[in-house]
Amino acid sequence: MSRHRDDTGAKLGMWLFLFTELFLFGGLFLLYAVYLSRYPREFAAAGREMHVVFGTANTAILITSSMLAATAVSAIQRDERRRVLWSLGGTVLCAAIFLFNKYLEWSAEISHGFYPNSPRLAAGPPGESVFFSLYYLTVGLHGLHVLIGGTLLIWVAVRVRRGVVHSGDYVLLENGALYWHLVDLIWIFIFPLYYLIL
Amino acid sequence: MSSAEQAQPCTEGGFWRDTGRTGITSWIFSTDHKRIGLLYFYSTFGFFLVGVMLGLLIRLDLMTPASTLMGPQTYNALFTVHGVVMIFLFIIPGMPGAFGNLVMPIQIGARDVAFPRLNLFSWWLYIIGAGIILTSLFTGNGPPDTGWTFYVPFSARTSTNVSLAVLGVFTIGFSSILTGLNFITTIHRLRAEGMTWGRLPLFTWSLYATAWIQLLATPVLGITLALILAERLLGTGLFDPTRGGDPIMYQHLFWIYSHPAVYIMILPGMGVVSDIIPVFARKPIFGYKMIAFSSLAIAAAGSLVWGHHMFTSGMSDTAILVFSFLTFIVAIPSAIKVFNWVSTLYKGSISLEAPMLFALSFILLFSIGGLTGLILGAAATDIHVHDTDFVVGHFHYVMFGGAGFAFIAAMHYWLPKFYGRRYAEKPAIVGWALMFVGFNVLYFSMMVLGLKGMPRRYYHYLPEFAPLNLVATIGSWILALGLIIMLVNLFRGLFRGEPAGDNPWGGATLEWSIPTPPATENFEQEPVVTHGPYDFTRTGEP
Repeated sequence: MSRHRDDTGAKLGMWLFLFTELFLFGGLFLLYAVYLSRYPREFAAAGREMHVVFGTANTAILITSSMLAATAVSAIQRDERRRVLWSLGGTVLCAAIFLFNKYLEWSAEISHGFYPNSPRLAAGPPGESVFFSLYYLTVGLHGLHVLIGGTLLIWVAVRVRRGVVHSGDYVLLENGALYWHLVDLIWIFIFPLYYLIL
Repeated sequence: MSSAEQAQPCTEGGFWRDTGRTGITSWIFSTDHKRIGLLYFYSTFGFFLVGVMLGLLIRLDLMTPASTLMGPQTYNALFTVHGVVMIFLFIIPGMPGAFGNLVMPIQIGARDVAFPRLNLFSWWLYIIGAGIILTSLFTGNGPPDTGWTFYVPFSARTSTNVSLAVLGVFTIGFSSILTGLNFITTIHRLRAEGMTWGRLPLFTWSLYATAWIQLLATPVLGITLALILAERLLGTGLFDPTRGGDPIMYQHLFWIYSHPAVYIMILPGMGVVSDIIPVFARKPIFGYKMIAFSSLAIAAAGSLVWGHHMFTSGMSDTAILVFSFLTFIVAIPSAIKVFNWVSTLYKGSISLEAPMLFALSFILLFSIGGLTGLILGAAATDIHVHDTDFVVGHFHYVMFGGAGFAFIAAMHYWLPKFYGRRYAEKPAIVGWALMFVGFNVLYFSMMVLGLKGMPRRYYHYLPEFAPLNLVATIGSWILALGLIIMLVNLFRGLFRGEPAGDNPWGGATLEWSIPTPPATENFEQEPVVTHGPYDFTRTGEP
C-alpha cells in the first residue's frame, strides 16, 4: 500500500499547531497586560533591572537564525544539500548561543536576588515580584521552545543528510523552519514587552 | 437469515482481521482510525463506568444529612476525582476520540485521517495522562481534594497530590489538541470527490466545529495548569494576593478554556442527534445549513462567555453585564438546532428504536439543561443559585442528559456497524426507559434542592433537605440499573446478536454504503459522492 502523501495537508497541520502555541503564550501575555495595568510603576522599576544588551543581542541572533532557516528552505528547492546543512547548522548554532546568553543573563539576575520567591523580591513591592515571576515563566517557556526547535532542526538536518528530505519532498524541512519562525516571532513580542517599553 | 450466518463469530471480517497481524500489538500500535476509535471507546467508556461508581458513592453519602459512610476528606477527594474522570477522561476525549475516529473518515469518503500516526500518538498521550492521574490517586498525600476546577488559592496550598493530577490533565490536553488538529486537516483535505461542504454529514460538521475549540482553547488550559505547577513548585505567587497576584485571574484563565470545553463536550452529541433523527423519521433533515452554521456559531460565541462562571467572584459589574448578555446570545444557535430537530420530526414516519429514543431524550434533557443554564446566565438569578445543587443538576442535564445520552445513542447507532452484530431491541428500550426515569428523578430533585438553598459539594447538610436527597439517591439507583441493562444487552448483542447487515437503519450517509464491518481501507475504490447525506431516495448509494 503506497503511503498517502499530502504536503499541503502537512503544512496546514503545522500552521494549526502554531496557532496553539500562540494561545499557550497568549495566557502569559494576558497576565502581563492585566498586571501591567495594575502595577505600572513597579513594572517600570523592575524593567530597569533587565539587561537590554543581552536582550538586543539575543534578538539579533534569533532574527539571523530565522534568516538561515529560510535560506535552508530555498536551498533545498534547488537541491543544494551542502548549503541546506550549513544553514541548518547555523540556525542550531544561533539557538545554542541564544540559550548560552540566557544562561549568563539569568545567572546575573539570580545573583542579584531576582528570582521567584526570593527574599529580595519578598521585601520589595508586590508588583515587582509579579513582574519577575512572569518574566521567568515567559522567557523560560520560550527557552524551552528554542530547545525543542533546535532539536527538531537537528533531526531534520539528519534526514536531509540521509537524503530522505530532498528537493522532491521537503515538507518536513519547511515545517521545521515554520516552527523556528514561530519561536523567533514570540521572542519579537517578548523583547519589547520586557526590555524596551517599560 | 441462515444459521451459518448466525454461527459465524461477530468480528470475523473487515478491519478486525485483514491487517495480517494479531494480538494486542495489532491494536495498541495500529494506525487504522477504526482500531484507534475502538481503543478510545473502550478506554473512555471504561473511565465513564469508574466515574459512575464514584458518582453513586457520592449520592450514597448524601442519602442522609449526616452520613458517616466516609470521612470528609474522602468525600472531597470523591467529588474531585468524579469530576476529573468524567470531564477529562470521558466526555472531552470520548466522542471525538471514539466515534469521531470510527465514523468521521468514512463519512467523508476517506481512507483514514490525515495524520494516522499522530492519531495513535494522541491515544497514547491520553493513556499516559490517564495513568498519571490514576497514579496521583494512590501516591503522595492522597488524591486531589480541590474539585475538578483546581481553584487557587486552595490548589496552590493543599498538600494532596494536585501537582501530579494537573500534570496528567496537561498531558490529556495535548492529546485533545492533536485530535482537533488532525480532524480539521482531515476534513479540509481528505473529502472524497463530490463531498462538498454542503454535503458533509452533520456529525462531521459538529466535529469540525469541536476540533477548532479543541485546538484554540486547550492551549489556554495548558498554560493555566502549568501556572498551578509553577505556583506549587516555584512559588511564583502570580495568584497570591499577598505577593501582588490575583486569584480571579486564575478563574479567568481557567474558564477561558473550560467554558468552550463544555461545547467540546456537547457539540459532537448534537451532531449525533442531527444524524440519527432524520434516519429514524425517514425524512431529510430540516434546516441543514442552519444546523451546520449553528455549530460554528456555538463554537465562536461560546468562546466569549466564560465570565458567567464568575458572577460572584468579585469582578466588575460591567464585566458581569457583558458576560450575561453574551451568554444569552449562545442560546440562539442552540435553540436553532432544537427547533430544526423538532421540525424534522414533523410529519415524519417516526420509528422509535433505541438510538432514536436516546436521541429524543437528548432533545428534551438538553433543552431543560439549556434553559436552566439561562437562569444561571442571568446575573440576578445566578446570585441566588450560585454554588448550589441547582448548578450540579443543570450541568448534569447538559453533560449527562445531553452529551452522555448522545454517546449512548451513538453506541446503539454505530457500534453494530463496526461489530457486525446488533443488540436486542426490547431490553434496549427497557434500559433506556429506566435510565430516562432515573435520570430525571436524580437530577430534577437536585435542581429543586438547589433552589431551596442546598449548597453543592457539602459533606453534611441541614435535615430539611433530607427527603429530596433521599429521592435523588433512589433516582441514582434506577439510573444505574438502566445503565447495567443497557450495557449487558448492547455488548451481548455486539458479540452474539443477529448480524446487523450493511445498513440496519436505512441511513444515507457514506458509512452505510460499505460492507459491515468495514474493510481496513474503508472503500474498495474512492467513492464519488452524488447526493446529500439525508437524501433517503438514494439510500445505499455513495
